[in-house]
Amino acid sequence: MSAPDARIGVYVCHCGTNIAGTVDVPAVRDFAAGLPGVVVARDYKYMCADPGQDLIKKDIKELGVNRVIVASCSPRMHEPTFRRCLQLAGLNAYYFEMANIREQVAWCTADKAAATKKAQALVRGAVARVPYHEPLEERTSPVCPVTLIVGGGVAGIEAALKIASSGNKVWLVEREPSIGGNMARFDKTFPTLDCAACILTPKMADVGRHPNITLLTYSEVLEVSGFIGNFEVTIKKRARSVRHGVCTGCGVCYSKCPTKVPSEFDVGLGERTAIYVPFPQAVPNVPVIDREVCRQFTKGKCGICQKVCPAGAVDYEQQDEIIKEKFGVIIIATGFEVFDPSLAPQYGYGRYPDVYTALQFERMTNASGPTTGRVVCRNGQEPKAVAILHCIGSRDKNYYPYCSRVCCMASVKAAHLAKEKSGGAEIYEFYIDMRTFGKQYEEFYNRVQEEGVHFIRGKGAEVIEKDGRLVVHAEDTLLGLYREVPVDMVVLNTALIPHADAGRVAQIFNIQRSQDGFYLEAHIKLDPMKTATEGVYLAGACQSPKDIPDSVAQGAGAAAEALQRIVAGEVVISPVTCAIDADRCAGCRMCIPLCPYTAITFNAEKGVSECNEALCKGCGTCVASCASGAARLKHFDQRQLLAQIEGVAAS
Amino acid sequence: MRYAFYPGCTLHGTSKEYYESTRQVFRALGVELEEIRDWNCCGATALAAASDLGSLVVPLRNLAIAEETKLELAVACNCCFMTLRRSLEAFRGDPARRAQMESALAAVGRHFAGKVEVRHILDILVNDVGLPEVERLAGDALKNYKSVPYYGCQISRPKNPYFGTELPDQLDDLLRAVGLDVPQFDRKTKCCGAALMTSHEGAALDLVAEILDEAHRRGADFITVTCPMCQLNVEAYQGKVNARHGTRHRIPVLYFTQVLGLAFDIAPLRLGLGRHMVSPKGLLVRRQKEAVQ
Amino acid sequence: MTTPETFEPKIVGFLCNWCTYAGADLAGVSRLKYPPNVLPVRVMCSGRVEPELVLKAFWEGADGVLISGCHPGDCHYIEGNYKTLRRKELLDRLLEQFGIEKERLRLTWVSASEGDLWARVVTETVEAVRRLGPLGRTRDRLQSCDGILAADLPAGGCCHGEHPAAEGGGTGGR
Repeated sequence: MSAPDARIGVYVCHCGTNIAGTVDVPAVRDFAAGLPGVVVARDYKYMCADPGQDLIKKDIKELGVNRVIVASCSPRMHEPTFRRCLQLAGLNAYYFEMANIREQVAWCTADKAAATKKAQALVRGAVARVPYHEPLEERTSPVCPVTLIVGGGVAGIEAALKIASSGNKVWLVEREPSIGGNMARFDKTFPTLDCAACILTPKMADVGRHPNITLLTYSEVLEVSGFIGNFEVTIKKRARSVRHGVCTGCGVCYSKCPTKVPSEFDVGLGERTAIYVPFPQAVPNVPVIDREVCRQFTKGKCGICQKVCPAGAVDYEQQDEIIKEKFGVIIIATGFEVFDPSLAPQYGYGRYPDVYTALQFERMTNASGPTTGRVVCRNGQEPKAVAILHCIGSRDKNYYPYCSRVCCMASVKAAHLAKEKSGGAEIYEFYIDMRTFGKQYEEFYNRVQEEGVHFIRGKGAEVIEKDGRLVVHAEDTLLGLYREVPVDMVVLNTALIPHADAGRVAQIFNIQRSQDGFYLEAHIKLDPMKTATEGVYLAGACQSPKDIPDSVAQGAGAAAEALQRIVAGEVVISPVTCAIDADRCAGCRMCIPLCPYTAITFNAEKGVSECNEALCKGCGTCVASCASGAARLKHFDQRQLLAQIEGVAAS
Repeated sequence: MRYAFYPGCTLHGTSKEYYESTRQVFRALGVELEEIRDWNCCGATALAAASDLGSLVVPLRNLAIAEETKLELAVACNCCFMTLRRSLEAFRGDPARRAQMESALAAVGRHFAGKVEVRHILDILVNDVGLPEVERLAGDALKNYKSVPYYGCQISRPKNPYFGTELPDQLDDLLRAVGLDVPQFDRKTKCCGAALMTSHEGAALDLVAEILDEAHRRGADFITVTCPMCQLNVEAYQGKVNARHGTRHRIPVLYFTQVLGLAFDIAPLRLGLGRHMVSPKGLLVRRQKEAVQ
Repeated sequence: MTTPETFEPKIVGFLCNWCTYAGADLAGVSRLKYPPNVLPVRVMCSGRVEPELVLKAFWEGADGVLISGCHPGDCHYIEGNYKTLRRKELLDRLLEQFGIEKERLRLTWVSASEGDLWARVVTETVEAVRRLGPLGRTRDRLQSCDGILAADLPAGGCCHGEHPAAEGGGTGGR
């Protein structure tokens, strides 16, 4: 239909008082009624609700409305809703345009008269544009049923198991030599004091042997291209220097290795060898050689592990492998790091030997950790008093403004374990607020209070050394006193922060980050797994700090998102793509190198460029560069945009 | 290297030794300090209690004079450093405030464009001159001594880009560069009580006691300071602290420029070491004995 | 007669769907208040914005144009925003040829999580354009409207059938 045939219906939404409280809705309606091409203008309280949609359907049927404008919220909210409404009424979904007069007018404008004027201008822009809309048909594209999960912590493991047990294939790629993530380091988990390894290792073992899961550890994703249903991913499988299929996991190699370095898994408290598994229950139970410290690689002499290996699995010649694979959906479950408190020297970390991070303390209380589960100072003696400090780096303008959510519970748990495993030391816990919000969390807090732990409501301000002991200074706000509490050991609950390379990883997967640096979800309340990139989902602490129950729940949620796509079997591809008019194309080929998806190719026979609409994502960069106007972006073409500009800018 | 120099009231008055030793050390390092002309008192911290605008405008006049030299402005006293910087940041901040400050300054016939940087001489020595140069000039005079670096609070608070807020380390590094043993000193930025010593003497004495106690625990031969206020409180009131707490502190409190001067083998009297209330004589005698051996 | 204090600039904004448009939505959800002078036109990518669209905005009476996209490196379509950056350089020179101050065109990067930045960007842009004053009737300043703008539009589009030479008033040689 060409422009003169347009019969436009304009529907202005009150959205309760969200819009109507600031914008004079009847005035916008009346203004719309007077615009060229508008045959009906209405207003209604909630256009997205059924009665609102019925208004539209009725006018399409009875008044011959063939273009629809809804002036309401953001198209990012309800464009799909109204498009469906048009479809149900028998009109092409793309004959629809929205004017965002809520998020971008009513909610952000103080002056009501100015807000009304702006709303009218935006409606006029939409009315000018919509006659030039064309009927577009969505097409579908098949979904490759294999899921890629990046990150083998508890969220990634949960997602992998859920998808695999539905009969679909999963690849789980993990950067460390073993899956397990941060949870594998913990001793006991709150609130039940379940042993972390006991509950996690069965799941890890399931992942290791599940026929539907391809596990790639010591591996990293290098590059991602493609789109939902059809991602092409390049993975680097780093050389372990040990043949996976041959190694029996006997452990002789690392028992004989002469090189010792600080263990990353023990957060620097313990040591590991150059050929190592990070912890005894590692999955896969295949060691890895750290080529940067191994004498065989750095000095060319040793070779002990190869000599003693009964299976002949050690292979110094092994190379990194580059694997290219196709996936339908991707789940990012890369977890978190912890804030390094040496950046806040007033807490004594790095200056005094017995100041630990909570993660280090987990390793200490862990029976398979460097102190076999005893809480002892560096000199081997049991502390007579231990201080546990909350919010080190969190809720702090100088470091990270947000709350890390899990540390109050982790601190209370640490207090309980410290009392138990130190031979009855006095435990002092310094907190700002006590955030024990979850199921059985408050009850756990009460229990630990009754165990005789001293809770001091006042953030530990600094840790100094006096007379051979560590002294914590804090204001006890309940007593109204300044206190100096001498202890022998300090445990700092440090902020959970995004990985240092989160920005680079975000670019690889084409996802966005929130202001706090964690990955950005589609909607903070209603859509915490989806991202702005279709087919890429988030699970676990990489989206925002959370505890194990929430990580598991979100992992399962991400699995559901993935399965939704896989079960549907095909995805709807937006018809907003570029088409090149062969009659206008001069064959200059300016557009071809500009396309990030290499969707445009040159047809030498015809002497024109052609756009493969299956590859085109609809960015319009080629359109902007086309000198002859041959490249047209459907739904954002020149006529539509010029008309819209005219409409909004007119006085 | 040349800097404009703002001595402030104390350097020509009660802490003349800081002035003398600063002059000596900077001359030895070949760095010129040009005292700005017709400077006025910075207002210290007392003026802010009487007039907020006054406490911003009074130091501003010095900044305006310094701006004319087109050099960076070097300051030795922590209080002066803080008040001058505070005035500068207020000037560069809220436009309405700036307008007030400009018109007040205009009333005394001066104009300021905001083009001055205020630098503490400790920062200049460590970052501009550099530790290698200091090490080069330092002899072995201080090799067997231990000192704790007491920065005081106003050099690092409110937050500024030059010194870490909680535990700066420039002075520690500088003292080590001249061969001193510098242990951990947790009180390095803890308040000395400042003017409270006159209004709430007991409270201030308790603060000074903490500093002295820790210096003693760390086995320091002397305390090194960067501020005349700190120097006065920590040295002159040791007798009263001892009376109040039953301690026996008698530890010299030297300006870091005096310490550098000793390392550079400059004669002690030229460094004002004869002006102290807790005499550093014991230190100097020991040094002579060791030098002879 | 508008005085500097009463002049309300009209600014057309081209907002990329994935970053700035979402950031602007977030500003609204957070109820941050900012001046209403920017009239947003949604595009999928800032790379879609070509000189003709910017000139059209000025032609239609905008005193300023704001293009805003994803931060470099974060473009939803990988590199569209880099193209925009390059085009802006050329556009600046083109505008000066037309006698339009290049400060009337701004290019900013606002991500989906930066609602407060969007509010600041709008506020600063409005003030900057306000200081530059009204652009006046661009039709009067351009010597002719042949070619660039009239070509494809049917009657009822640009110019509404009138040729600018027929209109009187304004400055510039007529």
